[in-house]
Order: sequence, then structure tokens, then C-alpha cells
Amino acid sequence: MRRWTPTDLQTLIDSLLADGIRVLGPRVGDAAILYDEIDTLPIGCGDEQAPGYYRLTARHDQSRFGYNLGPSTWKQFLFPPEEAIFRVQDGEFISCREQPEKMAFIGVRACELAAVSIQDRVFMGDFTDPGYASRRENLLLIAVNCSQASGNCFCASTGDGPAVGVGADLILTEVRPEDPYYLVEAQTEAGQWMIAAVGGPVAAPEEIDARDEVIAATRQQMQREFATEGIADALLSALDHPHWDVVAERCLACGNCTQVCPTCFCSTTREHVNPVSLDVTHMRGWDSCFTADHSYLSGGVVRQSVKSRYRQWLTHKLAGWDQQFGLSGCTGCGRCISWCPVGIDLTEEVAEIRRPL
Amino acid sequence: MAMPAQPRLAVFKFASCDGCQLSLLDCEDELLSISERVDIVHFPEASRRMLKGPYDIALVEGSITTAHDRERLTEIREQSRFLICIGACATAGGLQAMRNFTDVGDYARAVYPHPEYLSTLETSTPIADHVAVDYELRGCPVDKYQLLEVVLAFATGRRPQIARESVCMECKARGNVCVLVAQGQQCLGPITQAGCGALCPAYARGCYGCFGVKEQAQVGLLIDHLRARHGMTLDQARRSLRAYNPAAEPLQIIALECDEEGAAAGSAGSGGHDG
Repeated sequence: MRRWTPTDLQTLIDSLLADGIRVLGPRVGDAAILYDEIDTLPIGCGDEQAPGYYRLTARHDQSRFGYNLGPSTWKQFLFPPEEAIFRVQDGEFISCREQPEKMAFIGVRACELAAVSIQDRVFMGDFTDPGYASRRENLLLIAVNCSQASGNCFCASTGDGPAVGVGADLILTEVRPEDPYYLVEAQTEAGQWMIAAVGGPVAAPEEIDARDEVIAATRQQMQREFATEGIADALLSALDHPHWDVVAERCLACGNCTQVCPTCFCSTTREHVNPVSLDVTHMRGWDSCFTADHSYLSGGVVRQSVKSRYRQWLTHKLAGWDQQFGLSGCTGCGRCISWCPVGIDLTEEVAEIRRPL
Repeated sequence: MAMPAQPRLAVFKFASCDGCQLSLLDCEDELLSISERVDIVHFPEASRRMLKGPYDIALVEGSITTAHDRERLTEIREQSRFLICIGACATAGGLQAMRNFTDVGDYARAVYPHPEYLSTLETSTPIADHVAVDYELRGCPVDKYQLLEVVLAFATGRRPQIARESVCMECKARGNVCVLVAQGQQCLGPITQAGCGALCPAYARGCYGCFGVKEQAQVGLLIDHLRARHGMTLDQARRSLRAYNPAAEPLQIIALECDEEGAAAGSAGSGGHDG
């Protein structure tokens, strides 16, 4: 384990950029922390979150990772909102796949790392999505142990955080936000290479305690609880529970929860048509089980009611997913709670639906 | 009957601002290509060449506000194989449909020195209230790429690819931060149909709802939430519901509820807008 200063962190970013790597990380924009191309880290940014509520705040300290999750997810870079798959020109099919660029994600939280590994199963499991796989193979993951939890976090309940699990190249822990330093651990060869590029002193053995204290304090701070045990069976045996109607009376079916979810992977395709040649480019874009067109089959829309759409989302995420991919689709990030315009809270809805009649 | 290789396209205007048909001229890069794909035979905004029907595709902009327009529309329908309404006026009455909820005479007297010269209907109504329509494209104004898509689809005999989902879907895909959640702004995005590319939220402004209601729009739910949590007044609610698409039924229902609530509370102006 190494001990870095904020300057060392900047050296890491600079050296990644110098190697031609696209560095993606937190940036303040439009009243939230976004994930975007960066060349430095924002300082002293925090946030307040509640169901349907997010406000960017100033922490009045020197922290680089003092914020919680914003509306961006890393999936926007691995599974982009819109992507050209192939085009048909003069009757010939031409692949639109581009040479993948090298990317580094900085500031990946435990729940987000878990979400990336879930999407790995989706896009590189029984079937491989070549675009996703090539981007994934050219990716450096620089994770951070969370030093605080938002009002909507519940990763401790899903078992995905707040401590970063496996899958990162480098794990950072921010200690002492008023005058921060970073404990740095490599999980892979690429991580060791990044440590070698920056250097920095070896951390004293007792610094492991400092790291664990940060994580324990975050765990302590997390108020929201979510009972995950037996959840798949509980939901699938409650498909006629009257509470689905109660949620449907509050749900806008706008799709925001699915668009901010780091694991939702549904897509739709459409054709961009050239007006003269009528050549076609086949596009793939994010979809949502909350739209009518998502369940449109020949003859009509299968899930017409808002109730059926909400139930589809929740039961797939928390039950069907398990059958399909061997694990739950929820990592406790709480984005669906924060970014629901009317503040529908997945943890509360599940608790109601699990309540025996 | 198959579409001819170069279908005859005509553009007609009723009560409107011209913005939607101008979207066709806004297709600067694509305009020449379109004119190769379709024969634009009647488009007074663009050309003096105005040929008689019949037409393969008629783009109809504007709402019906006079008896004369109603007759003209019937003739256009008879001359047109496919009649496509473009924009909020043609599909949901437009801004001028605010007359539907008050006495049109009040507006006439407020605006014109000699209102007695006017011959106008009491209401502004969508095209589909008067004749059968083959497609309705939303927006105030319509999005030019959606317009292109619809024209191309009809010209080549396929279904237009126009999503019916919420503005939120485009907003998130574009990477905007939700102005409702992060800034507490009044935004109609969650009940409004996509198509604009989430234009207003991209400029940090809540959606005005100019593309009309999405399918399964929970209008009352969002309005209740904006009033309870984001400081929307009853009058703001009524005005926002009757701004661009007043004739859209899901908006009308909730606007009427607002009227009733206002009347019950004894507030001034139970349904009209005062200037």
C-alpha cells in the first residue's frame, strides 16, 4: 500500500493523459457531479440526497471524493446511449465498429464496480457484445472506497459496498478530507504499473486501520436498509399484491429510474435513413421497460398499464435477473430513488410488497 | 396502390405561426435531397409554383379557427392521399386554443380596434376534429429531423420511427442533469412526449410540454407533485396545461380539475386567463 498526496493523484491523471488514455471522472456541471472527460479532480464538492431530491453542496474542505453518486453512470461509456452497429450501403453490410480507445475511469465506487461486473455478465456472458467487450478490454478502473454515504445509499444491504471488492486495477481511500491523503492499493498488474508511474512512499502498516475506519464510518452513516434475503421468491410469489396498484398510482412511467440505473441494459434499435440513397445505418440506443414501445409486439403493446411496467422492472431487477445471470441486478447505489421525479423509493416499495397480506 | 417514385407533396397552413412548415426549410443540408425524393408541388412559403391536386402527401400546419378554413380543409382532405398534421396547432389546438376556455370576444376586443370585422369561430380545434388524418407529428415547432423521418417514411411506404416515450428518456441519453430533481424546477418532461431532444432541459430550463402528452401520461400526478414540492401555483398549473396543446384530452381533464378547485376556493377567474 502506498500513501499519496493530492499532487500524486494529479500526477497519475497527467501520466494517463500523456499516454493518450481518455481519462473519465467526476466533473461539476449543471448543478451535479457528472462523469466526463477530466484533467483534474473537483475539490470540496458534496451533495444532499433524498427521494426525488439532489443538491450539490460545498463541503468547505479539500476532499476530491467527498461527493456521492450523481446521475451519471459508467455504463454511458461502456454501453453508450446511442451507437451505430452497422450500415447498409449499396446493398452491402458494413460494420460500424470502431477501434476502441483506451479509457480510465477515476472514482469508481464499490457499488459501481459491482454494476460493471454485472453488465460484464450481460454483455460478455452467453453472448458477447463485441463493442462492449472491446471497450471493456481497454479499460483501467481506478476505484475509491466511499468516505461517506448519501441518504439514498444502501450498498451495505446488497453486500456490494462500501468497501471496494474485486475487479478494480487500483483502489484509493481518501483520508482526512480537510487535508487529504490517499491510501493506494493495486489489485492488478495495470494497477502496479500506475503506482510505479507515480511512486510515493510505502504507507505505514497502521494506515490499514485508517482505511478500515473510513469504510466503517461510511457503513455506520448508511441509514437506508433493504432486506435482500429471499427477495426473488418473495417478489415472484407476490405478483398480485395490491401494493403494485399503489405504486402505479404514483409512478409517472417516465423511465428515469432505468436510465440512471448502472445495470439496466435494455436497448432498442432504429434505422437512420439517408434521404437520397436510402442507405441505412442501424442504431442501437438505451430503452426502458417503462415505455410502451418496449413491449410492442405484432398486434399491440403487451405491458399497457403503468402497474405492469413497474412490476416488470422491479421483478426483473430483483428476481428475474437472478435466474438469468445468477445475481441480483441491484447494487444499492440509490440512483433510482434520487432521480425519480416523484421520489418513489425502491426499498420502501419492496418492503410493502414483502409484507404479508 | 404503390407510392410513385417521386410523390407529390403539398404544404398547407391554417391558424399557426408558420414555424412548423419553416422547419422543412430549416432542413438546409437535407433540403435538396428531399426535393429529389419528393416533388414539392405546393409550398407557398418556399415557392411561387403552386400546382393543383391531387397530392400524395399533404403536410397540414395550424388549427381550425374559422368557418372558411373548415371548408378549405375538407377540400384538402379530398385532394390528398395521406394527410399529415404537423405541430401543436394542428394536433392539439395550439396557443390560440386558449380562447376555448374563455369568451373569444374578449380577446378580439382587446386586440383589434374593429373586432366587428372579424369572422372567427369560438374555438381553435385540431385538424383531426374535422377530417380523418393519417399521421400526427408533435411539437411547437416540430423537430426537423422528425419531420424528415415522417416525410421519408410516407414517401417510401414504411412506418415512421417516432418514439412515444417521455422527454426524460432523451434527456438522460443526452446526459442532461434533471432540472426537476437537482434544481427543483417545474418541468413537464415526465409527461411530455420525446422528439425535441430534451432541448429546454439541455439549457437548464424545465420542459414546457410543447410536444404534448406522452402515452400513459400521469398528468395529474406530476402536477400534484410540482404543486406540493416545487412551488407551482394553481394558476401556473392551469396555464402550463393550456399553453401549447390545450386540446389534448389528458391535459384538458387536469386543467378542468384546476378550474374546479379554483372555483371551489373562490379564487378570481375560474377558468379564463386575464391577459
